[in-house]
Amino acid sequence: MRRAAALLLLLVAAPARAEERRSGFADMAPATRAMQQDDMANPGMLWVLEGGALWQRPAGAAARSCADCHGDAAASMRGVAARYPAMDPGEGRAVDLAGRIALCQARHQGAEPAPRESQAALALAAYVAHQSRGMPIAPPADAGMDAVRAEGQALYRARRGQLDLSCAQCHDDNAGRRLAGSVIPQGHPTGYPLYRLEWQALGSLQRRLRGCMTGVRAAPPAYGAADLIAIEAYLMARAAGMPLETPAVRP
Amino acid sequence: MILALLLAGGAAAQPHVVGDAIPTPLTPAPGDAARGRAIVADRQRGLCLLCHSGPFPEERFQGNLAPDLAGAGSRWTEGQLRLRIVDGKRLNPDSIMPSYGRTDGLHQVGAAWQGRTILASAEIEDVVAFLVTLRE
Repeated sequence: MRRAAALLLLLVAAPARAEERRSGFADMAPATRAMQQDDMANPGMLWVLEGGALWQRPAGAAARSCADCHGDAAASMRGVAARYPAMDPGEGRAVDLAGRIALCQARHQGAEPAPRESQAALALAAYVAHQSRGMPIAPPADAGMDAVRAEGQALYRARRGQLDLSCAQCHDDNAGRRLAGSVIPQGHPTGYPLYRLEWQALGSLQRRLRGCMTGVRAAPPAYGAADLIAIEAYLMARAAGMPLETPAVRP
Repeated sequence: MILALLLAGGAAAQPHVVGDAIPTPLTPAPGDAARGRAIVADRQRGLCLLCHSGPFPEERFQGNLAPDLAGAGSRWTEGQLRLRIVDGKRLNPDSIMPSYGRTDGLHQVGAAWQGRTILASAEIEDVVAFLVTLRE
């Protein structure tokens, strides 16, 4: 009986998490915020510049560049990153932005896509996502994606690893508190790919998710795995309306 | 057969839970409080200060997700502390505190950690020996 009462109390108390959504940007030191906001100081802009060069470079059997089809990215790619992950009708599955770029390279350039997390793949993704900087995250309304997002939410809430922790236990229930010295962010993927001072490099959301999973001593899914894309789709829906920051800087 | 494997294969024999405590030590040798303090402060071994704060003036970065360890020895008996470390989820299934002496009921555990408890029985005894000294 007491246990039932305690459980009921828990169920009632559970939705009482902070409703105000915060980008990790808001919790950073002033110097790190300044680094992100100044394009001359933001290290992520080096990847964006490289991506801009790749955008113009003919590649693959078709000897075609991204620009040959898509033209000026500032116009054609504006808002695109804010809508990913999305369903790929040809593949019949959800793809993230990096996956979409790789599919495009294979299908339309006849090129071998750059491996995930390679310099070239990150640079192109950063360049494309940068075209949506400041735009609100706008996940597509689509029944296929609803199913993927539901799967992502279940994964987000599933305990895993030797430490037996779910994403939600830190990033929903304890966001804003300190894990050792670091404020736990709410986990909104507003700035990927982003430059982490800890990595001394640009990295994808999948790298961040895999790092967190390793942190709880779980076996992370491989890069590109459907589980990681599902979690991203859920997180983007959770962050709907928040402005994109790519390339963000994080500690 | 499976039962025999479970009984033989665990890092520790099934500890005897009485109420909300494990009154009997997990090892014949008594725990060592100094070793226990080092384990608690170690971010790779005990992991305790990631979530808890405590009387560790030399440790700059301590967590605030969980109660301060100061006074833990006044709030709980040795046996109560032992159960809370071995398997606190037995008392509160929703707790974020990992069960340090349990390997079942986990999912997707990384290869390096499979079948291993977070701390060995002797380490748990060291931590218990330390925590009972934290009196207010």
